[in-house]
Amino acid sequence: MTRSVRRTRRMMQVTGVGAAALLALSACSSSDDDASAGSDASASASSSKLSGEVTVFAAASLKESFETLGRQFEKAHPGTKVTFSFGGSDALAASITGGAPADVFASASPKTMKIVTDAGDNATDPATFVRNQLEIATLPRNPDKVGSLKDLTDSDLKVVLCDKTVPCGAAAEKALTASKLKLTPVSYEEDVKSALNKVVLKEADAAVVYKTDVKAAGDKVEGVEFPESADAINDYPITLLKESKNTGTAKAFIALVQSAEGQKVLTAAGFLQP
Amino acid sequence: MTFPSPDKADAADSLTGGPPRRRVRVGRRGGGAPLPLLVPALIGLAFLVLPLVALLIRAPWSSMPDLLTSTEVWQALQLSLVCATAATAVSLVIGVPLAWLLARVEFPGRGLVRALVTLPLVLPPVVGGVALLMALGRNGVVGKWLDSWFGLTLPFTTTGVVIAEAFVAMPFLVISVEGTLRAADPRYEEAATTLGASRFTAFRRVTLPLIAPGVAAGAVLAWARALGEFGATITFAGNFPGRTQTMPLAVYLALQNDPEAAIALSLVLLAVSIAVLAGLRDRWMTAS
Repeated sequence: MTRSVRRTRRMMQVTGVGAAALLALSACSSSDDDASAGSDASASASSSKLSGEVTVFAAASLKESFETLGRQFEKAHPGTKVTFSFGGSDALAASITGGAPADVFASASPKTMKIVTDAGDNATDPATFVRNQLEIATLPRNPDKVGSLKDLTDSDLKVVLCDKTVPCGAAAEKALTASKLKLTPVSYEEDVKSALNKVVLKEADAAVVYKTDVKAAGDKVEGVEFPESADAINDYPITLLKESKNTGTAKAFIALVQSAEGQKVLTAAGFLQP
Repeated sequence: MTFPSPDKADAADSLTGGPPRRRVRVGRRGGGAPLPLLVPALIGLAFLVLPLVALLIRAPWSSMPDLLTSTEVWQALQLSLVCATAATAVSLVIGVPLAWLLARVEFPGRGLVRALVTLPLVLPPVVGGVALLMALGRNGVVGKWLDSWFGLTLPFTTTGVVIAEAFVAMPFLVISVEGTLRAADPRYEEAATTLGASRFTAFRRVTLPLIAPGVAAGAVLAWARALGEFGATITFAGNFPGRTQTMPLAVYLALQNDPEAAIALSLVLLAVSIAVLAGLRDRWMTAS
């Protein structure tokens, strides 16, 4: 029954070099861009100063941390603007392959990223930038004394899982299979936030969601870690998209996400480093 | 063929409502459609029909049999039909009296009540689902008592699906029945009551038969709306195969990783809806 706040030591070490790393990385990535996009005759390619708007499609679970990163980015590079579209990774992937004008795609699973790469809509190889682990969300103060994944198989408990078609559901299924547990939920929810909300609204007693979602919900739910979640850790890949009209700035944003400074924001939200 | 010779030009004309048709229909409608009306009307028709045709074109016909014979699809379809029918029954039992109240009884704030009754029509269904959770959920205003007194919880149950569907579909019935009631002459009821019938008997024996076509039309509309209900259902009743997973939910979740299956499921739902609406529309809707 450990409340999920225990990761900080390594993070503290990187914090110091964060800002410097950020500057170095973004500078380096824009000169990168000069080399690669030189023939594109794109407006930003000729100058090393970043500008213009970047549209980032990102998994819903990244909302809080990416918004923070977006503000940091705009502050560090006056004249730039980062616009986000958050949603289910599958839905975002579908709209990218359908021709949505996006510069960057950050997805919650390699499987959904593959939809985009299979369609040839990526401009760079996707890189894993964070990982997310499952956690059990229970009612505040854990009245049902849930201590393990096995406790959820108790038929008196109303448990909700994500549907198998979405990343959090696929991960939960993997964890259950690995531990040879059979769990019959009351509902397979369509995404991780709606699974969590059933617990927040006290309609369900527990849900299997991401650690980051438990953290974002604050004291409305209580998180219970379980060892089997190690068997079902989700990788989050990020990539530059072919459609991008502003590759220099887009690359700089990706660099920020991967930088020590970016990782600091993400780990503070509960993500694991790759 | 009792009409003038159907040569090529005439055939084309009759498609666009040209002269030959006009001659046939002149007694009933008083002339063909003027172009400024006909063109937007046809665009309107195309706008509504094109997406459905696209569904047919993109359908994975070869893998269709496999997709449609899975137990999950049948479960979902069966559940959809049962729940939509139950929701229509609920709507009839409480919706017809409500429509009668709105049409026949003067009371202060009637306009406001009418607006409230039709609110679910314009409300996003998800909002309806959230509202139902707040009212009837395990922790809801009323649901709390249902749970502690009777051990009854509605979310995540088939009953929950019926409630969500009835919430969204009933206004269609109420509007339709109220309209028919207003058009029906109240003097028949008055005659019945002066002849000694109670008001309820007059309603049952005189009013109800009089407005039957309107009730049927409203019931069909409500049924069709219930069949297609998604937002309130997934919010209030959740998604569990065989218990709360109706066809629209199955379609939405299939779309996440198997668009072909989603298209196939959509076609089934489309076919069922069209069959029922086409079968009943001419008979009931125009009769009113």
